[in-house]
Amino acid sequence: MSELTLSRLVDILRECAGEDEAVAAEGQDIGDVELEYLGYDSLAVMEAASRVKREYGVELPDDALAEIRTLNRFVGAVNEALASAAAQRSA
Amino acid sequence: MTTAVVTGTGVVAPNGLGTEEFWSATLRGENAITPIDRYDTALFPSRLAGQVRDFEAAGHLPSRLLPQTDRMTRFALTAADWALADAALDTGEADRTGLGVVMAAGAGGFDFGQKELQNLWGKGPDHVSAYMSFAWFYAVNTGQISIRHDLRGPTGVLVAEQAGGVDAIAQARRALRGGARAVLTGGMESSLCPYGMAARIAAGRLSTRDDPRRAYLPFDPDADGHVPGEGGAVLVLEDESRARARGATVLGEIAGYGTAFDPPPNSGRPGNLGRAAELALTDAGLTTDDVDVVFADADGSAERDSAEAETLVRLFGPYGVPVTAPKTMIGRLCSGGAPLDVVLALLALREGVIPPTTGVTPGHPLDLVRDRPRPFDGTTALVLARGNNGFNSALVLRGRGKDLK
Repeated sequence: MSELTLSRLVDILRECAGEDEAVAAEGQDIGDVELEYLGYDSLAVMEAASRVKREYGVELPDDALAEIRTLNRFVGAVNEALASAAAQRSA
Repeated sequence: MTTAVVTGTGVVAPNGLGTEEFWSATLRGENAITPIDRYDTALFPSRLAGQVRDFEAAGHLPSRLLPQTDRMTRFALTAADWALADAALDTGEADRTGLGVVMAAGAGGFDFGQKELQNLWGKGPDHVSAYMSFAWFYAVNTGQISIRHDLRGPTGVLVAEQAGGVDAIAQARRALRGGARAVLTGGMESSLCPYGMAARIAAGRLSTRDDPRRAYLPFDPDADGHVPGEGGAVLVLEDESRARARGATVLGEIAGYGTAFDPPPNSGRPGNLGRAAELALTDAGLTTDDVDVVFADADGSAERDSAEAETLVRLFGPYGVPVTAPKTMIGRLCSGGAPLDVVLALLALREGVIPPTTGVTPGHPLDLVRDRPRPFDGTTALVLARGNNGFNSALVLRGRGKDLK
């Protein structure tokens, strides 16, 4: 399974939680912007995590989700989980 | 003493988007009842509805709100925007704890809920939207309006089927008496999806006819039940002195309210619609002599039409007051119905013309305003609404007639 990219996560959020004006305005430099500023609340993050689980087979626990404040952190958490799953398979 | 006045209206109706479109289509007597065209109705015994046309949610609301809202909530948010604009009420500068929302609800977000149930059983639990947590819920329109405009005053939701639209407006008036500066109120429905229609069909009151002109004929000997519809209205209610102080245009006053529940079925005792009307008049400090027009509940079943007609004859005498039911053009909208009648009643008083009841030849001694609008010189309207299983509510409205400068 390929890694999650920032642009794919933005697409997922757009599909499942709509697009805030702020997202369009910030263009591609939104990776480190607070999700709250982008108009995405905790439910939007849950909804995106559910899509990511279906697409990438990785489930982020609720307490890990609650800590995610930016898109880059979201991407990082998913890819760390992917890497650790791959490591377990090859061990 | 608080005087609750309406300073803004927002309408989403099968025969018009926006108050002016709705008003002019209603005066023209345009029938907006058509075959349901959003799913295959072949398996359903009732196939007609008053459907809202040409409503493109993305044109009215930020895309951020679309994945988390049912169609009825999109209507409600749009109508609330329009009502606030109509009232020219700036929600940004005021103390937001004085701004409230009290909406009625009947079905909830059935269309949203049905899709998520389909996801649950068709694809699995991982496919159910996180927004299902609130998007289907009765209180969701109240909550979404309050969040969108950051209104932090008294909020509530009233559930009493078609009567709820009246009860919500009365509850909003109570909130003004409790010190709120302005309250958004009304009701909005859309449950014309297969699941929503299954529920309505089970209630046993829908017409099974396919001719849109002969399906919903309240007070007519040929009455066959009613046709459901979607839409409703949002009103801005304010205390009159505050509204006038800020230079708002006052459309009319919510002068009286009454509600009375029916006795149990098979008790042999009559229903309490008349009692609700009498309580509303007493509350307004008026009598039946003061009423210039009645907007009837107009159920469309022989038994309940007779009960309402007998009530009107008892209160006003045979042919004693002009009666109208413009909902013949759009169907019964559950909690959205009475707020639309309130909008029509206020406009009727302002414009001096009663909108018509269409397609009906009455079989009761009622002065029904039929097929064409009727000019009149009135100041006071009575709006009646009955909800399934015993709810009766009545509202007395006073317009900007000659007595109310």
